[in-house]
Amino acid sequence: MIEATGIKNIIKPENLVYKKSSVMTDNVLSYCPGCGHGTANRILAEVIEEMGIQSKTIGVSPVGCSVLLYNFLDVDMQEAAHGRAPAVATAIKRLIPDSFVFTYQGDGDLAAIGTAETIHACNRGENILIIFVNNGIYGMTGGQMAPTTLPGMKSSTSPAGRDVKTMGNPLKMTEIVATLPGTYYVTRQSVHTPANVRKTKKAIRKAVEYQKLDRGTCFIEIVSNCNSGWKMTPVQANKWMEETMFPYYPLGDIKVPVEESVK
Amino acid sequence: MKKELRLMKGNEAIAEAAIRAGTDGYFGYPITPQSEILEYLMEANPYETTGMVVLQAESEVAAINMVYGGAACGKKVMTSSSSPGISLKQEGISYIAGAELPCLIVNVARGGPGLGTIQPAQSDYFQSVKGGGHGDYHLIVLAPASVQEMADFVELGFDLAFKYRNPVLILSDGAIGQMMEKVYLNPPKPRSSEILEWATTGKPTTRERNIITSLDLDPNGQENFNLKLQAKYENIRKNEVRYEEFQCDDAQYLLVAYGTSARVCQKSVQIAREQGLKVGLLRPITLFPFPSERISELSDRVRGILSVEMSAGQMVEDVQLSVGCKVPVKHFGRMGGIVTTPDEVVDFLKLNIIGG
Ligand SMILES: Cc1ncc(C[n+]2csc(CCOP(=O)(O)OP(=O)(O)O)c2C)c(N)n1
Ligand code: SF4
Repeated sequence: MIEATGIKNIIKPENLVYKKSSVMTDNVLSYCPGCGHGTANRILAEVIEEMGIQSKTIGVSPVGCSVLLYNFLDVDMQEAAHGRAPAVATAIKRLIPDSFVFTYQGDGDLAAIGTAETIHACNRGENILIIFVNNGIYGMTGGQMAPTTLPGMKSSTSPAGRDVKTMGNPLKMTEIVATLPGTYYVTRQSVHTPANVRKTKKAIRKAVEYQKLDRGTCFIEIVSNCNSGWKMTPVQANKWMEETMFPYYPLGDIKVPVEESVK
Repeated sequence: MKKELRLMKGNEAIAEAAIRAGTDGYFGYPITPQSEILEYLMEANPYETTGMVVLQAESEVAAINMVYGGAACGKKVMTSSSSPGISLKQEGISYIAGAELPCLIVNVARGGPGLGTIQPAQSDYFQSVKGGGHGDYHLIVLAPASVQEMADFVELGFDLAFKYRNPVLILSDGAIGQMMEKVYLNPPKPRSSEILEWATTGKPTTRERNIITSLDLDPNGQENFNLKLQAKYENIRKNEVRYEEFQCDDAQYLLVAYGTSARVCQKSVQIAREQGLKVGLLRPITLFPFPSERISELSDRVRGILSVEMSAGQMVEDVQLSVGCKVPVKHFGRMGGIVTTPDEVVDFLKLNIIGG
């Protein structure tokens, strides 16, 4: 047992191993315990803090579990209608070119209702960062099938599992946008282990740098879990994600800037 | 500086007035009969001169959401379309009203329902003044009756939009959009560099973060917000009613008509007067707020009122609400893209209101 005075000795700046980002507010996260959204929000806040771009950042969070992102990030933010964040972000960046503009969208949002806005923003090469959190399901509305739901995967609107013959195949939006000349950097990451968190943070950092260069759209998919929608414990969900999601949505860079691939 | 005189189409006048008003951004999608607005702006390329962004969006849905994004930055932004495209924009317009953002939307209306026709109609009145999208909200609706007003209402529209932080709609139609008239254009104004305190422009250390949203999951909060909106609309009703009267002083019969129909009815008044009938015309310039009070006053002095619209009768409901049951109120109009003729109006008036 540590005496009270002992604790005081431990709580010293030099012993600090982790600190909440100053770009993260004190509001309690509204995500389910175990959900990847919280981690993704946190690293986004950390990158904004570390790169000193808080005063330049304008974020857009559309309808989905992350619609309340503006409660958690201490930056100027706009809530957008379901699927429309890339259009909203297009105008922000065009009108305030020296800002750092990002969208943070779920898979139902980006790959179903917002397919047109996503593809066309990428095709115009809008100089924005699109963060695409793919959990293979509609989280906010209670676990319905998304365009990204895997074949055979159960959801509240595919109770017998997704039958690709009648319900279509999972849509790989990230691969699709990577084929467009307007995208500059396209990568797929995850936030379920510390190593993956570090890689995703690095990807976000790169995207911030690239936005300064005005080279086109940066697109980061984060394959994530929805333990509530999947009806699993957080531990089961992460295991299932590794075993079932990653083979279909393999992690890694899909399109890297030519300059960098030459290096 | 002096105003510049030009001969222009209504659509071109809107586009030119937008550049001269110091608009920051226009986002549109082609649709007849308003495509000249986007075409004119692309040709004029104001980005090179004033820095105004002009973008052809992938759809009306994208265009209105671009307007949302720009308006939330406190910028002067606008879009234009025609009836089917305005229907598509309704979700976005509701969000803009719900987030209390200023912007300008132009509807150069055509006949419907469905794909309908590309000819002019006034059948979007309900959609324009009663809400259009979901939720309890109102746009400020301006109804130009000339190419001059197409130009003038751009600046007026932006002024009202920013004064009340509310979307403003110019409800025009294919006739006014396409016809050419002389127009006096204001000298160009530079774009504003003012940073509005509520806008999302990047959070400096000196203020709290700005959040633009229409979401409040707490019913009490949402009700309070709705009450605030309603108070704003009440204020708008009190202060922003605009209308014009033609020969109403001695009128025994009153025509009420806006936009193209008002132009037609001006001639109807003349024809009727030549026949010894004391007819006047009230032309609402703002459809929301509606000139209910003035129509009510006039109804104390006239024997009957005819609401004339190129529709099955939409504005007539607001005329009836203004009048109560004091005098008979009837509707006359053609549909499907047919513009009413002045004689038709006089004949209908004689047969159904005066004669009866
Ligand atoms: C126009 C419209 N349609 C439907 C909805 C309901 N809705 C809210 S969130 C959502 C899906 C969210 O799923 P996703 O984008 O995958 O994000 P997640 O909640 O999983 O993070 C839907 C369908 C809505 N708000 N607006
Ligand atoms: S419903 Fe799913 S995506 Fe939404 S917060 Fe819960 S676990 Fe996360």
